[in-house]
Amino acid sequence: MPEQRHLDGELTPVACHECDLLQVLPELSEGGKASCSRCGCTLATRPADPIERPLALAIAALLVLVVANTAPLMGLSAVGRHASTTIIGGAYQMWLEGQEVTAVIVAFCAVIAPAGYLLCLLIVLIAVRRPPAPHWVGGMLRWAERARPWAMTEVMMLGIMVALIKIADLAKVEAGIGMVAVGVLMLLFPAILSSVDTEELWARVVWHKSHPESDPATLENPELAKADLERRPESTNSEITSGRFRS
Amino acid sequence: MTAAPLTAIKAGLLPCETCGLLSQPVSAAEPGYCPRCGSALESRRHRSIERTWALVIAAAICYIPANMLPVLGTTTLGSTEYDTIMGGVVFLFTSGSWPLALIVLIASVMVPLGKLVALSYLLITVQRGSVQGSRERTRLYRLVEFIGRWSMLDVFVDTFTVALVQLSPLMSVRPGAGVLFFAAVVVLTMIAASTFDPRLIWDAISDTGSEPAPLRENSPQQESNLG
Repeated sequence: MPEQRHLDGELTPVACHECDLLQVLPELSEGGKASCSRCGCTLATRPADPIERPLALAIAALLVLVVANTAPLMGLSAVGRHASTTIIGGAYQMWLEGQEVTAVIVAFCAVIAPAGYLLCLLIVLIAVRRPPAPHWVGGMLRWAERARPWAMTEVMMLGIMVALIKIADLAKVEAGIGMVAVGVLMLLFPAILSSVDTEELWARVVWHKSHPESDPATLENPELAKADLERRPESTNSEITSGRFRS
Repeated sequence: MTAAPLTAIKAGLLPCETCGLLSQPVSAAEPGYCPRCGSALESRRHRSIERTWALVIAAAICYIPANMLPVLGTTTLGSTEYDTIMGGVVFLFTSGSWPLALIVLIASVMVPLGKLVALSYLLITVQRGSVQGSRERTRLYRLVEFIGRWSMLDVFVDTFTVALVQLSPLMSVRPGAGVLFFAAVVVLTMIAASTFDPRLIWDAISDTGSEPAPLRENSPQQESNLG
């Protein structure tokens, strides 16, 4: 399946999503990356093992997420009294103090978006193991992509650390298991993002085609391949690029 | 190379914003739906300039109370002290952790302001049909998109400070109204970054048919796909 896509990809141009330039993707080697020749944004990546590896990482991240949300983040003791908090406990306290909107934003960025992203991605990854996946999988993938920018685990980790240092001046604080879990999650998220190949996932989902009266024709014509596409994407895989395009 | 670069829109094609599939739209006015994922196709993000301006202006308005109003109120044995964001930075600086003070200063004060300035600059140059420095402006846009989330730092700091320091009557911390405005600035600018369509930066070049500045042989950045 991945091989087929990359063979097809030789003739199908792609449009850069940041500058709209049409380009023909070179065949990427594993771990290779193609960048737009005009604006420099990443057009395509080809991570090694694009299904199984993110699947393993997403399962691990979901387990760690459960720990991060249930175990205490940090505790505080002063004059014989002890207090501790969790992530949701933090948002809930904001709610109790009359900051309902802020509480919802914090809960969304700290818990709902990361959990939603991981759950949707997990379902997609399991479903596409045997392509073609049913078209509702595409919907899940869309939700995962929408939740992704709002999942702020790494920002929260830094926020927790700054809060700890601020409070350390006033009372004795100790880091809890939840904080370790957030730290692990902070490392797992970029690992997942760099191991997922969204284009590969879309290629494994069955096509939608459900609007008969307004169905755009898909690009299958080789005319564009013949068209004078002067610019080729730069590729980290320079050997193949030069071999294929500069000969 | 004298011809204008061939873009998808010139070739009569539209890429799907959701799944990236390139297809031929039904008509320019009503492009129809992506045959692969079923999303509505758009040649450019809908009313990109107007929406982004509206969000940037709203965020700029919220930025003022976000910095003027207190974000935290600390009650120690009956007396309450209020802290603004800058107050928090000063507190961190005087209590000896200047690296943290610098991080909070950058994330909470400079990044939101920088985002507002950068988005306004991008909007103005697009509206004036500027063809210069398109690559640099696209890079600026990418930076805005990538860095925006880090402004949420102060909201998290305040949340966890409030959640933990609840030892009344000895000492308790309450959130101030500034937190809400500050969170609003971050959310509004993040949405503004997503409503702005970076392809508008390049459309001016396609329209005039002139060539962009000669491409420098930049080696592709390895980290750029993380955001």
